[in-house]
Amino acid sequence: MIGDELIQLLTPEGERIPHPEYGSDLGRDEILGFYRDMVIVRRLCNESTSLQRQGQLALWAPLQGQEAAQIGAGRALAPMDFTFPSYREHGVAWTRGVPPKDMLRIFRATTTGGWDPQRYRHSLPMVVLGDQTLHAVGYAMGIQRDGAQEAVMTFFGDGASSQGDVLESFVWAASFNAPVVFVLQNNQWAISEPTSLQTKIPLYHRAHGFGFPGVRVDGNDVLAMYEVAKRALDNARSGGGPTLIEAYTYRMGAHTTSDDPTRYRVDAEVEVWRHRDPIERVKALLAREFGIHKVTFDEVAAEAEALALQLREDVLAMDAPDPTTMFDHVYAEPHPLVEAGRREMIDSQSGGGH
Amino acid sequence: MTNKSMTMAKALNEGLRRAMEKDRRVLLMGEDIGKLGGVFRITDGLQKDFGEDRVIDAPLAESAIVGTSVGLAIRGYRTVVEIQFDGFVYPAFDQIVSQVAKLHKRSEGVYTMGLVIRLPFQGGIGAIEHHSESPEAYFAHTAGLRVVVCSTPNDAYWMIQQAVEHDDPIIFCEPKSRYWEKGEVELDQPPYGLFDAIVRRAGTDVTVVAYGSMVKTALRAAEVAADEGVSLEVIDARSLSPLDLDTMAASVEKTGRLVVVQEAPPTASVGSEIVAALSERCFYSLRAPGTRVSAYHVPYPPSRIEDAYRPSVDRVLDAIDRVMGYDQ
Repeated sequence: MIGDELIQLLTPEGERIPHPEYGSDLGRDEILGFYRDMVIVRRLCNESTSLQRQGQLALWAPLQGQEAAQIGAGRALAPMDFTFPSYREHGVAWTRGVPPKDMLRIFRATTTGGWDPQRYRHSLPMVVLGDQTLHAVGYAMGIQRDGAQEAVMTFFGDGASSQGDVLESFVWAASFNAPVVFVLQNNQWAISEPTSLQTKIPLYHRAHGFGFPGVRVDGNDVLAMYEVAKRALDNARSGGGPTLIEAYTYRMGAHTTSDDPTRYRVDAEVEVWRHRDPIERVKALLAREFGIHKVTFDEVAAEAEALALQLREDVLAMDAPDPTTMFDHVYAEPHPLVEAGRREMIDSQSGGGH
Repeated sequence: MTNKSMTMAKALNEGLRRAMEKDRRVLLMGEDIGKLGGVFRITDGLQKDFGEDRVIDAPLAESAIVGTSVGLAIRGYRTVVEIQFDGFVYPAFDQIVSQVAKLHKRSEGVYTMGLVIRLPFQGGIGAIEHHSESPEAYFAHTAGLRVVVCSTPNDAYWMIQQAVEHDDPIIFCEPKSRYWEKGEVELDQPPYGLFDAIVRRAGTDVTVVAYGSMVKTALRAAEVAADEGVSLEVIDARSLSPLDLDTMAASVEKTGRLVVVQEAPPTASVGSEIVAALSERCFYSLRAPGTRVSAYHVPYPPSRIEDAYRPSVDRVLDAIDRVMGYDQ
């Protein structure tokens, strides 16, 4: 099912395997850094699920299982690159420096945004499936016009791969040779629909039909994700055009906290993927190859725990905004209906009227 | 004051040229807008003078034309999008309503969505289907968007430049049946603000609000009515979001009667909003119910019978008779 062309540099057991085109010469600190990233984003994700279960978030979209796909791709980015995520890219947001509490503002329903996208060079979560891929290509066309050595990376899933906007973004990227890397996280499930409903061919094959390269990577192998993403980004920055990276992975949890996966998939499948865990294999590699001891892993776990507690504290402190803020930034310049609405609300709040 | 006579199509072309000369971050994107100059020749010669990087012939996908313009806006560019015909805007509807209209808000003011979406709209040119529609109400209904309509060459020349300079996203409606009509363009400075309604003809008995192609129809009706001793004040709304209700209300308070003329079907239309808003504001001045003269609640008909669908001078005059007769 996965196919011969799966790019993998690290087996689920944590053994390195050679690949004819890709290698990894990352050192101890970099790989330990990836491990730390993945442990932290998983811990923050679990804390967010708990917060939702306790009624503190309106919704949460867990990333569990996709840590390597997101950290590997995210860490391959250069600071000036720009990213356009979907709504599950908490791991990518982490690599861009977005504070975890800001990632949760939209899920606590205190904002429709969350952070300054220009500051972190990471755009806002996108809930309408696939819309962001066109924004990514447009941004990349801007890079071309500026003559800048930058690239764009955009994220979407196997479900969104059926959206017209995604396919249109492939046409545009190819026609204009745009410096964009498409990261398709194929996590096998679009809520209850399996990938087989979205496509009859491996998704990465689609790129060839549009005229640019597509590759399938073991999305649970952070080393492979990093190396493939890095090469695709370098290629884009140097005028080589777009690449589609299909990160073959698995959504270990529910689609969101509103979903019940027991209605449509079997435990045995989840178990298979549990043995392909993205974090355990890196841990095994670090222990064997770099002699990293339990004390270091414990330190990472403790750091993740502290961040989770901080996140909980930050989320609980997030109050509903003043209702009149709904009138802010609707337009860049004054609009009479917005101002009339604001005045009406302020008047009614101050007990005016009857 | 320098004046020059030109068609609305040429005025738009000259206005776009001036906007591009002023700001190198202004781009044009659309189908067939390069070598061909657009199916209506609005962008004629611009690719030759500004290059393929600034006048972009787009593959045929409206959602992508708008969606990539959003990305260009995030990068700091200001794209003037040409949607080839009104009926082709719907594939881009999601990008316009969910992205263009909301990203300034969602980014708490960080993203400036200063793009202009040019929409040749309304009928009257004998076209086949999907080429003659009036979709303005969909956009006027959406917070975050602004909707303007030019009705003369002078407005076309200035409003397109003002729209490009404005920081909010603007749906720029062009009445295609008026593209080839000539008028005087004042080249020195814009006579009005982008969102101002203006009185095209002063009168005392009935306020007639129209926009786009229907301004001329309303002005013709005013000539006929004047012969019959009824004085119409014709207001060109120009901006549909926001509406310049102050200008309209001042007129209705004077005349006591309101007729709105539009090519769009009546239900939940801009005309409905004008009548409702002015009824709220001017209730005690009104001597007759605010009245709409619209198309019918049917799909745009085959163009051999479109004259029976679009409001005519006669249908406007019928409405004038009704509001004049109400308190007799």
